[in-house]
Amino acid sequence: MDPLSVKARQVPSLVAGGSLSAEEYVASILERVERLDGRIHAYLQVDREGALARARDVDKRARRGERVGRLAGLGVAVKDNVCVASLQATCASRVLEGFFPPYTATAVERVQREDGIVIGKTNMDEFGMGNSTLNSGYGPTLNPWDASRVPGGSSGGSAAAVAAGMASVAIGSDTGGSIRCPASFCSVVGLKPTYGRVSRYGLIAYANSLEQIGPMGGDPEAVSALFYAMAGHDPRDATTSREPPRGRGGAGLEGLRVGRVREFFGEGADPRVRERVLDGCSRLEGMGAHVEDVSLGSLPHSLAVYYIIAMAEASSNLSRYDGVRYGLPSEKGTADWNSAYARTRSAGFGEEVKRRILMGTFVLSAGYYEAYYVRAQKVREIISREFSLAFKGFDLLVGPTMPVLPPRVGDEPTPLEEYLIDINTVAANLAGLPAASVPCGYEGNLPVGMQLIAPRFREDVLLDAAVALVGEGGAPRPAEAP
Amino acid sequence: MQAEAKVRIGLEVHCQLTALRTKLFCACSSDYRSSEPNEKVCPVCFGLPGTLPVLNAKAVEYAAMIALALDCSVAGRSLFYRKNYFYPDLPKGFQISQYDKAGGVPLASSGHLEVEGKAVRITRIQLEEDPGKLTYEGTIDRSSHSLVDYNRAGIALVEIVTEPDLEDARGAKMFLEKLRSLIESLGVSDGELDGAMRCDANISLAGGARVEVKNISSFKEVEKALNYEILRQRTFSGAASSETRHWDERRSITIAMRSKEEEQDYRYFPEPDLPPILLGAAAVDGVRRSMPEVADSKAARFAREYGLSPQLARELAANKALSAFFEECARLHTGYQEMAGLSVSELSAEDVTGERAVAPADYVELVKMVESDAITRAQAKEALREATRTGRPAREVVRSKNLSAVADEGAIAAVIERVAAARPGSLEEAARDKKAFSFFVGQVLKEEPKAQPAIVARLLASRLRAKKT
Ligand SMILES: [Zn+2]
Repeated sequence: MDPLSVKARQVPSLVAGGSLSAEEYVASILERVERLDGRIHAYLQVDREGALARARDVDKRARRGERVGRLAGLGVAVKDNVCVASLQATCASRVLEGFFPPYTATAVERVQREDGIVIGKTNMDEFGMGNSTLNSGYGPTLNPWDASRVPGGSSGGSAAAVAAGMASVAIGSDTGGSIRCPASFCSVVGLKPTYGRVSRYGLIAYANSLEQIGPMGGDPEAVSALFYAMAGHDPRDATTSREPPRGRGGAGLEGLRVGRVREFFGEGADPRVRERVLDGCSRLEGMGAHVEDVSLGSLPHSLAVYYIIAMAEASSNLSRYDGVRYGLPSEKGTADWNSAYARTRSAGFGEEVKRRILMGTFVLSAGYYEAYYVRAQKVREIISREFSLAFKGFDLLVGPTMPVLPPRVGDEPTPLEEYLIDINTVAANLAGLPAASVPCGYEGNLPVGMQLIAPRFREDVLLDAAVALVGEGGAPRPAEAP
Repeated sequence: MQAEAKVRIGLEVHCQLTALRTKLFCACSSDYRSSEPNEKVCPVCFGLPGTLPVLNAKAVEYAAMIALALDCSVAGRSLFYRKNYFYPDLPKGFQISQYDKAGGVPLASSGHLEVEGKAVRITRIQLEEDPGKLTYEGTIDRSSHSLVDYNRAGIALVEIVTEPDLEDARGAKMFLEKLRSLIESLGVSDGELDGAMRCDANISLAGGARVEVKNISSFKEVEKALNYEILRQRTFSGAASSETRHWDERRSITIAMRSKEEEQDYRYFPEPDLPPILLGAAAVDGVRRSMPEVADSKAARFAREYGLSPQLARELAANKALSAFFEECARLHTGYQEMAGLSVSELSAEDVTGERAVAPADYVELVKMVESDAITRAQAKEALREATRTGRPAREVVRSKNLSAVADEGAIAAVIERVAAARPGSLEEAARDKKAFSFFVGQVLKEEPKAQPAIVARLLASRLRAKKT
């Protein structure tokens, strides 16, 4: 069968009703992976046997008329920084080679409880540090829409997998845009939930105070189902909220107050991207939303604030990779432990990771802490407050997800140029707000995504808007991955 | 000769909350002392990637108890910070701790503990996780490799930091002993367990440079380490520089570890995985109500409620088991002073809790016999010793040993005459001098142990009055 002949949103009910075999459906996904992934390289690891075994189990229960979960049969691609017991978790870093976590992330556990089926672990920028999935210790992922382009990052493998039909939906993580950026470049829906909405237990940390696990996929209804399966309080993550997730109203966009954020359309934004997103705004208006311009003056500071905080936290989080207990083994020798650590870390970490550890260590150092870290936290507060204020007048804030079209693989931007294209996505992480990227047009065959930001815990608004914008048919498929 | 320079000592005490059954941020058993290496670990305390710490609420409660017992003010909102440094015993490359700078707020601050009538100020109290433990084959400088045991990693520690209010090694030791018994009486830690209470010290002479001495493994070593360091600084007067030194227990000397300039930069910043600890007034009150009474306030209550002398009240309150025993007896009988005095001088905790424990009712009867002069205090003591040795009731011992005071005043008067005859002039001395009077009574009791001291004293006094006239 062709897995693309079924809409992802329909899979669970078809499987529950016995008219679709989960095993056959999952096998067809695995067949696509075999056919396409040699070129795209979305997966670092495919759990063929495990996926088929789970699918057979779901079918068995469906046949017996037992209850099957709300994600029954859906093939789920999981970013490699999200732990699944017995599957290697490397974060696309050599330093974690051979690390098989003995536990499954709470978010994945909940997906499995609803009978979602893990297909495999997807490629990413090492530890989530990047927006191209070129910074992988295991080779880059290519964009299914144009193999000469990057898929975005850091959840590039997850985005490419769903765009190319090599998974029904995918799990990504977003620290400064890592779900939304590749969603935009690969023309799928990607949602970064409110901070504290989805448990981070089992998510290998890059910058704890910023990141969330979130759903991605071409079918916004399936993305929504995946989100609600993962959301909720977890006693193993002290930063999760006890407030129950808010269900979707399912209403249209009639009367929705939409703020078009001027700073998101600012200089540096590709005019072609700007045009497509303005088209998207017109479509929102066409569906009954009131669209108005709004300005958030602190946004231009968000990039600097983001990088200071993210790198500071990263420098501390990544201290544990010393080769003593797991991962890349430290070389045997007579060296003292300090040089043994240095050898492991020099060999195991990629350039970008080393750069961020160094900068993070610098901003936390005595004498610089106040000037960088403390000031960054103060500005973070200001940005949060400015969003709260804006949400008094608007239900949604919108703009381009990425200010540029997907860059070419060989472009080799400087680190600063690479950081700069995160300008529109990082603010939602600083303020802990839910934000989504929704496909809203094409420049030639290159996708453009629109970013939607909602008040805290209003993922329901984002998902309703995504469903309305994408429409019944789901996001278009790339011609290159038929 | 020049006056000796004034010594100022501050202490940093680390106390494991051994009464917690689990570690600070995971559900691992905290009882690791009899375990094989790396047996009491889980993904969280082993620092595996993707795991998150979850705060043990009981640990906060216990730490707050210590803070309240030390008269500290407990912060309504305190924060966990990360202390970053590489060391093989630290599975995450940072220690989750608290901090009082860089925006940090420790659990509690500004308390004091009175030692021999002098207040030692407590700067702050904070919660943190214990690192693992390194072991070496042979000595640290000879071993070809080290082994790491993470059983201890993540055990809840309370750090108690004092102002430099202590003036000598003995005082420091007294402080630590008092602190230990206070913490033990709260029931949150057993300070006797190996490594459960550890201490670092800072020492300066006459306002000179502050030297830190680390790695003092037990309170016994504290006095030695401090005395050594004070002597070292006196001997090389003026040579003390701001530095950290290491106490070498085997050689009983301190060794330079690093100078102030080489101090590590721990890059403290707030722990993003843990929300602030919130302890509002109501929560603090709750902790206060659930706290067992600590020795000092118990002593004050004993003096107030039972009219015990301050000294006796303190001695009794210092022993938890005896205090409880005394209070049970006090429900049966009102001879408080006698009951308290006899138990402090004759009974141990074991004697009132062990298998051959003295029953309160039995003890009260014994005390009543002393009060009615049926037996002497010395005889009561003898009966108690026998009773606690054999497990027989003390009253039975009195009967079977035929213990009874000599109540025959004529017989006692005869002994007085015998003693006076044996020591010419001793009666005159006893009449002049109080000490000589007591000595005389002692001599009589030596001759006749069954005599009641009070009766002897009364008869001797009237004998002296008779002599005057
Ligand atoms: Zn543990």
